[in-house]
Amino acid sequence: MTGSLLFEAIVFLAGAIICVSIAKRLGLSSVIGYLLAGVLIGPYVLGFIGEEGDDILHFAEFGVVMMLFLIGLEIEPKNFWNMRKTILGMGGIQVGGTMLLSYLLFYFLGYDWQVALVISMAVALSSTAIAMQTIKEKGLMDTTFGTSAFSILLFQDIIVIFMIGAMPLLSNSNVESHSDNHSESLSLIDSLPLGFQTLAIILSVVIVIALGRFVIVPMLRKVAKTGVRELLIAAAFLIVFGISLIMELVGLSPALGAFLGGVVLSSSEFKHELESTLEPFKNLLLGLFFMAVGASINFIVIAKSPLTIGGVLIAIIVLKAVVLYITGRVFKLKLDQKLLLTFSLAQVGEFAFVLLSFAFGLNILEQEQMDMLLVITALSMALTPIISIINERFILPKVGTKESIQRPMDHIAKSQKIILVGFGHFGSTVGRFLRSHGVEATVLDQDSNRVDFLRKMGFEVYYGDATRLDLLESAGIADAKIVIIATNKVKVSKAISKIVEEKYPHVELMIRTKNRYDAYELLNLGRENIYRESLDTSLSLASDVLHKLGFRKYTLNRQVKNFIKYDETSLRRLAKEPKREEDYIFKARKELQEQEELLEADFKRGIVDFDNHWDSEHIRKALEKSSDL
Amino acid sequence: MKKILILFAHPKLEKSRANLALINHIKDKENVTIHDLYNEYPDFHIDVLREQKLLEQHDIIIWHHPFYWYSCPPLMKQWIDMVLEFNWAYGPEGKALHNKTCLNAITTGGSKEVYCSAGYNSFTVEQFLRPFEQTANLCGMTYFPPFAVMGTHNLSDEKLHDYKVNYGKLIDLLQAELTMNDFEKMSFINDIPQLKSS
Repeated sequence: MTGSLLFEAIVFLAGAIICVSIAKRLGLSSVIGYLLAGVLIGPYVLGFIGEEGDDILHFAEFGVVMMLFLIGLEIEPKNFWNMRKTILGMGGIQVGGTMLLSYLLFYFLGYDWQVALVISMAVALSSTAIAMQTIKEKGLMDTTFGTSAFSILLFQDIIVIFMIGAMPLLSNSNVESHSDNHSESLSLIDSLPLGFQTLAIILSVVIVIALGRFVIVPMLRKVAKTGVRELLIAAAFLIVFGISLIMELVGLSPALGAFLGGVVLSSSEFKHELESTLEPFKNLLLGLFFMAVGASINFIVIAKSPLTIGGVLIAIIVLKAVVLYITGRVFKLKLDQKLLLTFSLAQVGEFAFVLLSFAFGLNILEQEQMDMLLVITALSMALTPIISIINERFILPKVGTKESIQRPMDHIAKSQKIILVGFGHFGSTVGRFLRSHGVEATVLDQDSNRVDFLRKMGFEVYYGDATRLDLLESAGIADAKIVIIATNKVKVSKAISKIVEEKYPHVELMIRTKNRYDAYELLNLGRENIYRESLDTSLSLASDVLHKLGFRKYTLNRQVKNFIKYDETSLRRLAKEPKREEDYIFKARKELQEQEELLEADFKRGIVDFDNHWDSEHIRKALEKSSDL
Repeated sequence: MKKILILFAHPKLEKSRANLALINHIKDKENVTIHDLYNEYPDFHIDVLREQKLLEQHDIIIWHHPFYWYSCPPLMKQWIDMVLEFNWAYGPEGKALHNKTCLNAITTGGSKEVYCSAGYNSFTVEQFLRPFEQTANLCGMTYFPPFAVMGTHNLSDEKLHDYKVNYGKLIDLLQAELTMNDFEKMSFINDIPQLKSS
């Protein structure tokens, strides 16, 4: 029954759709959904997927490769260079510390020193796939936690090369390997002496960079010229697969190569094309990867010695967590960022699969040890999202409250008239302008490092989730005149808006929104002061364009004001129209339809001619008419 | 050659036949700066220092504007209010504009005949322009009679052509030094013989 490819595809897709939508409905990360789907369709529950799970895992690793390529695309070489200290420092402490502690642990558990060393290497590496996916999903890439986690993962990607390289030195080489499949999966350069291996590795990195500059970009230009959209998709895949192949040939991690390739291409004009092309494939492949991990959890091995496995699993996670916490401490992360880092990277990652099976091939590990470690790896990955939830729901809120209570009382007593929620690009501009008028807003923000910095700059800042009533209260909402909501997340705006309306109806709300659709939602909640970030700026650009075409500035100035008024009126009119359900597809179609209506109304309005009182032509015509009579 | 600054204020130049003709005719003249206020300060946010510097660099200032409700458009009034500062333009230390020359160049919809005690506008243009005249006086400037394009509501193309040519000639004459003695008691600078002859 499991033979047909079509059937397998259906099982995977259906599993993903069902489990991920359930996970999402429950407010959980999609990673949990995928893992659960994997367990369900795997050999121990429904049994749809059997032994081929491993092959699928291997195939799905391309998801990880693509993810790193995409991450690379977002990092310009200059920024990459700026991160070198964090990468080496944090990565070094994390990998070194974890290896040392886990080596000692396994050594004292009675393993040979080689085995303990191999296990410690595998344990030191975290899961790029799970961690980065979660970070991206939550939009935390720009926080200190995000960059720290990323730096550590990148360091691991680099160090894994040396680990694989060192592994043959650990084998009791007189024994023939269990299987010879490692020789084909591994590199051309195994036979070379160590010095040449290093040289080959450096050479291959140079090749990737040179390829990016001198082959890939010109190729993409040619492809773009053809205007055939799917060719670009093909080219994007060609790039990722090509880099992976080169990297595998020299025994480097394809993910690392892809990351490098991404960095090289990040300054090219195709950055966004490549991003939008690969993004959906990456997500699906990563989903497949997580499902394969779920399916590979061997419940028979667990059943045999549940206590040992449970014990070792907990020991490893605790050990990794401790090292991560120390790493965060050394680099002076704020408590909440430190906790996020600690819990999001405490799992054993997908590289462990590679390292362990390689070590098994080299006869370092025995079958039993390997089975147990694979199960632990898979379980630790499956546990990560659950641990993160515990952290977010139960630990972080307490930390946040604690930090704001620790503030000296006079800070809280000195309640300000204005509360500003969110101090990103938008909020900070608002805050700066208010401050230049001597109006000090009390700021609420969720990035504790930003909070710290703002406090140094003398702002009244509270750290934490502004949708919590207690935080709003300690920020002095009872005495506030106005609350400015400068976040672009409409969910947050709506939540705050509801709280304020319910508990503090006298407080006026001024809300930034991303676009008309968010504005509708807020208008329908009865909010009046809504500021669309997409309105004024775009009109000021358009008006400057018209000025360059020869229109006069004062006329444009009045026309812009007029257009804003007209658009605000139509916004309020359209907000009242009944909306369909929030289903994504219906919403998207509705938005398109509405864009059409707007354009049509614009067309009917025509090229607006007003201010006739300054138009002598107009008066002349009127005079002529009256004299004709 | 004297330097002329034309402070031009029209909220909707693109719709003004008379002012377009006048401005386009003189815009390429040497030592003439046309300062289009509604284009420079569409939001009425006048850069006072910049304006003062500009004034210092010129000898003759022309307030060129349509005659709206017996006065100038609001941005020009704003300009006067903001730029002519105490102790810069007037007051004990305010000598920046001393000995400069100043006049209005205006366009009116109504004809010359309606601007008199018997006409429906009751007063003459000269009378309506008194605030400008006194502003110039207070700042120590010599105030010349206005250049006026009148009756623009039914001005023929030929007439308008004559006006614009005369405006150009006036600019040349001003640059080559006209003095108050040239006007005797004229109400309009248009009436000097050098312009009448054409």
